[in-house]
Amino acid sequence: MTERPGETVVAPPAAEQGRVERAAARADDRPLLARVLDTGAGRNVGLVAVLVVLCVIGVATADTFATTSNLLTILTSASIIGVITVGVTMVIIGGGIDLSVGKLMALASVWATTVATQAYGPVVMVFCALAVGAGGGLVNGLLIAYGRIVPFIVTLATLISAQGLAERISGKRSQIVTDPTIAAIASTRVLGIPLLVYVFAAVVAVGWVVLNRTTFGRRTFAIGGNAEAARLAGLDVRRHTVLLYVVSGLCCGIAAIMIASLTTTGSSTHGTLYELDAIAAVIIGGTLLTGGRGTLVGSILGVLVFTTITNLFILNNLATEVQNIAKGLIIVAAVLFQSRAQRARS
Amino acid sequence: MPDTPTAVIGLGRRRLLAGVAGAGAVAALAACTSNAPAAAPPAAPAPGAPPAGGGGNAAPGRPVTIGFSAPAADHGWIAAIAANAQTAAGRYPDVTFSPVNPTNDITQQIAAVDTLINKKVDALVILPNDGSQLTAQGTKAMQAGIPVINLDRIFDSPLAYRTWIGGDNYGMGVSAGNYVGQQLKAKGVTSPIIGEIAGIDSLPLTQQRSKGFADALKSFGFSVGPRQAADFTAQGGQRVTANLLQAAPRLDAVWNHDDDQGIGVLAAIQQAGRSEFFMVGGAGSANAMRAIQADNTVLKATVTYSPTMASSAVALARLVAQGRGLGDLVEQEVPASITLASATVTKDNVGKYLPLGFES
Repeated sequence: MTERPGETVVAPPAAEQGRVERAAARADDRPLLARVLDTGAGRNVGLVAVLVVLCVIGVATADTFATTSNLLTILTSASIIGVITVGVTMVIIGGGIDLSVGKLMALASVWATTVATQAYGPVVMVFCALAVGAGGGLVNGLLIAYGRIVPFIVTLATLISAQGLAERISGKRSQIVTDPTIAAIASTRVLGIPLLVYVFAAVVAVGWVVLNRTTFGRRTFAIGGNAEAARLAGLDVRRHTVLLYVVSGLCCGIAAIMIASLTTTGSSTHGTLYELDAIAAVIIGGTLLTGGRGTLVGSILGVLVFTTITNLFILNNLATEVQNIAKGLIIVAAVLFQSRAQRARS
Repeated sequence: MPDTPTAVIGLGRRRLLAGVAGAGAVAALAACTSNAPAAAPPAAPAPGAPPAGGGGNAAPGRPVTIGFSAPAADHGWIAAIAANAQTAAGRYPDVTFSPVNPTNDITQQIAAVDTLINKKVDALVILPNDGSQLTAQGTKAMQAGIPVINLDRIFDSPLAYRTWIGGDNYGMGVSAGNYVGQQLKAKGVTSPIIGEIAGIDSLPLTQQRSKGFADALKSFGFSVGPRQAADFTAQGGQRVTANLLQAAPRLDAVWNHDDDQGIGVLAAIQQAGRSEFFMVGGAGSANAMRAIQADNTVLKATVTYSPTMASSAVALARLVAQGRGLGDLVEQEVPASITLASATVTKDNVGKYLPLGFES
């Protein structure tokens, strides 16, 4: 290495490095609690605590809360929004946003349950839902990555047009699922647990592995953290962005089949405001809206918190509007906590 | 990247294959958007047919043009309103039906009604998006000498319409409450648990339905137990019901306000494997009536809020425009206000009502 005048940056020897790190650790004089909570696991501990509190309230106020069938009802209610949240979490970690998820699911549910599609049987119905979802995601991705339009605007436009197309195809009516196989998915139980819960678990497991144990996942974090740096490091940022939105769309396709089975209908009214529910779950799960940092487990815990709140309110026969107030308060509290933790770090 | 010819060919072939697969998928998907029934359903007698043996009023009179304006269909019920009006008009040789494009935008509906007034139609049938916001147009038409038949959503001022015809939301709740009360009394249940799945709580119509239900139950000495509002969608019905069933391990009866959301409600009940109670629906969709007829679900009855009122509105518009009265009444004029009774459809009389049911 040739040393030019004015530039005296030299990598310290290994022993020196250890000393620097120890000094840095000592310099971090924040309280231990703040440091623990700042880690990904720490934030999840916080959410688990919230869940525990909700469960305690549940047990105290409703005698049917702690029954197996009620807990399975909560998990089943969480399954559809949960699957969508997996896709949304990946997109947000990758530095984007996807507002189209709810209506993309509605469109896929409508498309998969038309009289024509149902005539081809369950395999075609499932394929149709997945293809419509992934196709919608592909359109989002291409417009964002190659059309260079802001994700917020592209996916908002997709939300609106998917809603319109779903209404157009369905004639604004609820299309009833007559196919017995698809209709049976929601009522099928394996070892006493609804099939939808298994699908939910499988999607979360696959999502977790992809995000944390594959190159795809590492690239997602890298691009979300700093897209320009990722590009200079040789990553094909645009291609990866397209893939992220396709994954999100695919999750919508899976969710479409689930909701078609659960409600026995395909309808343009499905998934209204799901995008906000999913984003809220992602935020309280500790994922930064700016991308680059986040955990899938946190998002799923966020979904469970919201679903448990809904369940608690209905068990206690309280009106939905009170529920929405509680949800809003929880989002604000979570984001306040998140930004405090961030400030403490910097 | 190795730029060898094989790699290029390989890539080209992959792209080609992907392209062909993509095009095929798109073509296959496009074929899947049709909702035309594979086989024609058995022809049901069209709702809105005028009474077969009607008195002198069935005889053709002076030819009249009837203008029609309604919101765009966002729900099976509204879709049935437009279809019924069209069918009813087609039954009268002396009626020219002049509908305007349905819209959910109030300014567009105002413009549409103005167009009809300028066309100088003989009578107007209007189902407003919002009664208050279209009152001025109704008044304008009446002043121009065009009688207005106000359908269901009422105008603010009686000056804005010649005749109002619509459903009875309070009465619908009463019908449901009476049926539930009678059934439970007959079974000898002393302190029943009665659930209610409402529509959208902020709407006056939902509040009226709930009040009618509670008042009718009170006359039997019963009251509503678990009550939740869904949002008139199958998804909302499923979500709310799944949780409500957990809140109440035992139920004796449930009233669900709306048969469209009822699809989701029934799905949730079946998924939970519950059958210890009976359910009453609302509005009277064909789907719900078929379930009542088949008698294989908990749905045992539905109380109507029938979109056939659109057929009747067209019939009234014709009579008003021709200056005739209602056949069996002594008066020479059509009454100023007609509130339809909410019928209770059960397995015993479903055959009579099924042709009037609307597809959700």
